[in-house]
Amino acid sequence: MSEHRIDQKVLSDLQEVMEDGYLQLLETFLEDSEHRINQLHGAKDASELGMTAHSFKGSSSNMGAAALAELCRQLEERVRQQPLCGIEDLIHRIDLEYLEVQRFYQGERERVSAG
Amino acid sequence: MPAKEALSVLIAEDGAVDRLLLAQIVRKQGHRVFTVENGEQAVKLFVEQRPQLVLMDALMPVMDGFEAARQIKALAGETLVPIIFLTSLNEEEALVRCLEAGGDDFMAKPYSAIILGARIRAMDRLRRLQATVLEQRDQITRHHNHLLNEQRVAKAVFDKVTHSGCLNAPNIRYLQSPYALFNGDLLLAAFTPSGNMHVLLGDFTGHGLPAAVGAMPLAEVFYGMTAKGYGLVEILREMNAKLKRILPVDMFCCALLLNLSFQRQTVEVWSGGMPDGYRLSAEGEMLSCLSSCHLPLGILCAEHFDDSTETLPLQEGERLFLLSDGVADTCNEQDQLFGVDRLGEVLTGNRDVERLFDEVHQALARFGGRPRDDISLLDIRMLEPQCQLAPAVVYSDGLHGAPLEWSLRFELRDQSLKSLNPVPYLLQLLQEIHGLRAVTGALHSVLSELYSNALEHGVLGLDSRLKCDAQGFAQYYHERNRRLSGKVEGCVSIALRVEPHAAGGRLMIEVRDSGAGFDVERVLSSPVKEQAFSGRGLNLVRRLSRDARWLDGGRRACVEFAWEVQA
Repeated sequence: MSEHRIDQKVLSDLQEVMEDGYLQLLETFLEDSEHRINQLHGAKDASELGMTAHSFKGSSSNMGAAALAELCRQLEERVRQQPLCGIEDLIHRIDLEYLEVQRFYQGERERVSAG
Repeated sequence: MPAKEALSVLIAEDGAVDRLLLAQIVRKQGHRVFTVENGEQAVKLFVEQRPQLVLMDALMPVMDGFEAARQIKALAGETLVPIIFLTSLNEEEALVRCLEAGGDDFMAKPYSAIILGARIRAMDRLRRLQATVLEQRDQITRHHNHLLNEQRVAKAVFDKVTHSGCLNAPNIRYLQSPYALFNGDLLLAAFTPSGNMHVLLGDFTGHGLPAAVGAMPLAEVFYGMTAKGYGLVEILREMNAKLKRILPVDMFCCALLLNLSFQRQTVEVWSGGMPDGYRLSAEGEMLSCLSSCHLPLGILCAEHFDDSTETLPLQEGERLFLLSDGVADTCNEQDQLFGVDRLGEVLTGNRDVERLFDEVHQALARFGGRPRDDISLLDIRMLEPQCQLAPAVVYSDGLHGAPLEWSLRFELRDQSLKSLNPVPYLLQLLQEIHGLRAVTGALHSVLSELYSNALEHGVLGLDSRLKCDAQGFAQYYHERNRRLSGKVEGCVSIALRVEPHAAGGRLMIEVRDSGAGFDVERVLSSPVKEQAFSGRGLNLVRRLSRDARWLDGGRRACVEFAWEVQA
């Protein structure tokens, strides 16, 4: 039930504001998020990890993915406290949450391109 | 929801999604949008495009939003370029950093089009307000400079008029703040034909140009009438009438007028609304105050104007210290006034006249007074009776061969004695004679002396022996004014006869009065010193003329002047 993960009010506002640019926004988000997920896994240090979490938090909150944004916020906060052990679990939860969000927005992209 | 006025907005945001969304929101609100991905690009674009408002992400690669905000604020200078930080930073510390870097507002993610629109409009209001303030400030600066320039020009003109007198005479020391004139302060001094000195210290109500315009006509009357030989009373009446006529009702001029007679060693004073002046001994002790007993000039109509003056003895070396109200009215931080008592302490404490003005200034500074530009200080010293300060009058007309054989008789009776001073008229007539021009001063002195003797001692019957001390002086002049304002009975007649004589000509003056006369022998034989104040000036008349005699028991004075023909 991936649509429950998305704030419906935010979603309708996005469509209204973006008009014809809505499809481009969806594509940009999917592409950007893929890139962020890769960055989370390949981060060399805490600061890079924090920075990525911060950016991902911003874009997912703007896309109405409140649960994903909340997990990113937790990660951003967590990386400030050494040691980083146990952080893999948090990243894994982000992966899982993103899969749901991704599924929803891919469906949304297909709906709009077909429309 | 298009904005009232489209703005150019710079969006600096590293996240592609957020950048795209934000650009679309702002564009839809009717603004022109530039987008960049980091702080460095933001600064570069700002330099090139000068956007009017910036939406700035706080955390960005290459250069973060804090540093970019600092640089953009520095580049913007006085112009307000509002910076709205875009942040999902939750910590207080980070929000404080945004403000300290020059941020004007912040906006949290997720973005709301409505809130962002409202924030942009609010920032636009601030931006316009700042622009208006700057524009008005520049306008004020331009006006101020313009005004200063006008004042400089006006001051140059005023200085020519108001400083055409004898303020540079050796017995006068004065200090006037450079722009005191534009606060209505006025300082004038001029010699009378007989070598007396007239001084005016005036203070017009109000400030600025309106306070200064009255100075011109006042100076004109002062110089013109003094040069023609009019006394303080006539000058005061003319000044008052003129100011009353030309000034608006809420404007007037406080003034202190002096007539210093070096020959008589006296000073005649009229003060309307000015702070007390001080009569000081040669050592600086305070002898008495010159207090205001009249309303300022320009208030009363001619019928109600009080022209009565006070005459005081002033010996050689004694001084008068006059000042404008700027001194006593100087305020300190606690809004206390400097006051008359503190001024008195400075005067009594002074040991060296040369340093008096400095000491007044130092006392004002010690008191913590805010500097004022309407302070005028004036110090006048009495000189010895024989001093020759007045420069010879230079005549510009080419008159020659003026009539050399004529006579006239001038008679003043009863009430006309109250108001008419014949001396200036007679003097002007006599100045038509070239040979007499060199002795205009002496003529003025002698005519004034003879006329006032005839009026005061003759018709009014005042006893000159009253004038033996300062108290007697006051009493004498008080009595003179009292008798003049009552019913006056009697007459004074002045006869002038001009005739050729030897190689030149001569002038015979005869002044008669209807009074009781005096013991000519006794007065003329008393020691000169005793005559100084009270001797009816007979000695002076004898000294200045070729021949002087008193006949008919002192009721008739005959005085003769003579001249040679000049090549």
